[in-house]
Amino acid sequence: MDLITPSSGLIFWQLFGFLGLLFILIKFAWKPMLAALEERETSIENSLKAAEQARNEMASLKAENEKLLQEARLERDIILKKAQDASVKMIEDAKNEASKVAAQQIENAKAVIETEKKAALAEVKNQVAILTLEVTEKLLRKNLSSDKAQKELIDEFVKDVKLN
Amino acid sequence: MTRKLLALSLLFSAILLTLSNPTFASGSEEDKTSFIMHHVKDSHEWHFATLGHTHITLPLPVIVYSSDRGLEFFSSTNFQNHETHAFGEEYAYEGYFIDEHDHLGRVDGASFIEFSITKNVVMMFIVMILLAWVALSAASHYKKNGSAAPKGAASLIEPIVIFVRDEIAHKSIGPKYKKFVPYLLTLFLFIWFGNLLGLMPGAANMTGNIGITFTLAILTFILTNINGNKDYWKHVFMTPGVPIPMLLIIVPVEIIGLFTKPFALMVRLFVAITAGHIVILGFIALVFIFESYAIGVVSTLMVTFINIIELLVATIQAYVFTLFTAMYIGSAVAEHAHDDHH
Repeated sequence: MDLITPSSGLIFWQLFGFLGLLFILIKFAWKPMLAALEERETSIENSLKAAEQARNEMASLKAENEKLLQEARLERDIILKKAQDASVKMIEDAKNEASKVAAQQIENAKAVIETEKKAALAEVKNQVAILTLEVTEKLLRKNLSSDKAQKELIDEFVKDVKLN
Repeated sequence: MTRKLLALSLLFSAILLTLSNPTFASGSEEDKTSFIMHHVKDSHEWHFATLGHTHITLPLPVIVYSSDRGLEFFSSTNFQNHETHAFGEEYAYEGYFIDEHDHLGRVDGASFIEFSITKNVVMMFIVMILLAWVALSAASHYKKNGSAAPKGAASLIEPIVIFVRDEIAHKSIGPKYKKFVPYLLTLFLFIWFGNLLGLMPGAANMTGNIGITFTLAILTFILTNINGNKDYWKHVFMTPGVPIPMLLIIVPVEIIGLFTKPFALMVRLFVAITAGHIVILGFIALVFIFESYAIGVVSTLMVTFINIIELLVATIQAYVFTLFTAMYIGSAVAEHAHDDHH
């Protein structure tokens, strides 16, 4: 058995043994093992992909939510502004209306007062005319004897008038 | 720690010196180192130890086929001196003998083929059984648990499987790597287990035997060439981009190259492992040559150191053999898109 000459027996047994080992291991060890490894790798890859997809979906969902929220906020602002405007306008209108009504009432009151005044003046005029007539009548009746007497009489009447 | 190691080394060398065969201690220097070559080479019996004059050995079967006598079986004890366990032509049995160099011979000189279960064959079967046991128990995990995380033997084998598949097969062979992964795995683990078990005390130098490495290299050679595609053979016989007259030189070189590749594989593994064993045994032999406890301590420390390096070498050599096999297969199956280089 020399160091550098391969012996036939060893080569025979080695070929026989190694090919046998190769066959057994391929059939019962490497095939199931490599298949399981591949399966695990694909499942990991798929899981990673699914996670990535879920994350993307989540992100898009979030963005969408954000957008919706933004829109809602905008809408709310518009509504609020409208409401505010409406209320302001209503108050303004009410004020205007009130002032209009007040002016009208004042106008009416003024008119009434004017008529009343006119009526009163007419009344006074009438009274004055009546009084004048009565005074004239009385003066005429007393025959107006002297200037002094006339004057006294007129003063008396005027005093009467004042008392009225 | 260091003191403990030194004490252990001293003890070890003392045991070596007291237990060693008296002929070692008294014989010539050649006798003191002959056990090195005896260990490194293959043998018809498995010699474990010699205590005084008692040899502890495992006799192995000798199987011979000759055209005139057919298949014959003997025990290796038939061919040796029962006292000294020495082989020699004087101990011929049934027309056969084993000479001093452990060669089987036939007394009448006729031709025969030997199929003996030698020490290395037994070692090879031990490695194969161990490997099969580990690999099959690893595989049973996947059968039971599908693609669940590895446990037990599977967690030992799985990283190797992934390493061989991704780092060796995929990178060296390319897209068609899947077909070759099982062979590369078996090759890697067989060499690795063989190298490691070869480092055990009393084990045979199996992966450092040229017959073993020769067979592995032949298998790689066959696998490479039966998978060679058109481009591969074109590269060998009609090397692209080379002027026709140059082909007269290039083609023989390419053809020689087909054989030198597996030859290099065979020699590399054989040399690396055998050299490691010889270095370790050489340091042990120093103890017998100098017959000194001090040398014993130094030798033991060195042997420990070399053994650690050998653990590394065992793995590297298995890796290198597998890697080169993958590269040769890769060159055989590679698709060349165009012929404008080389």
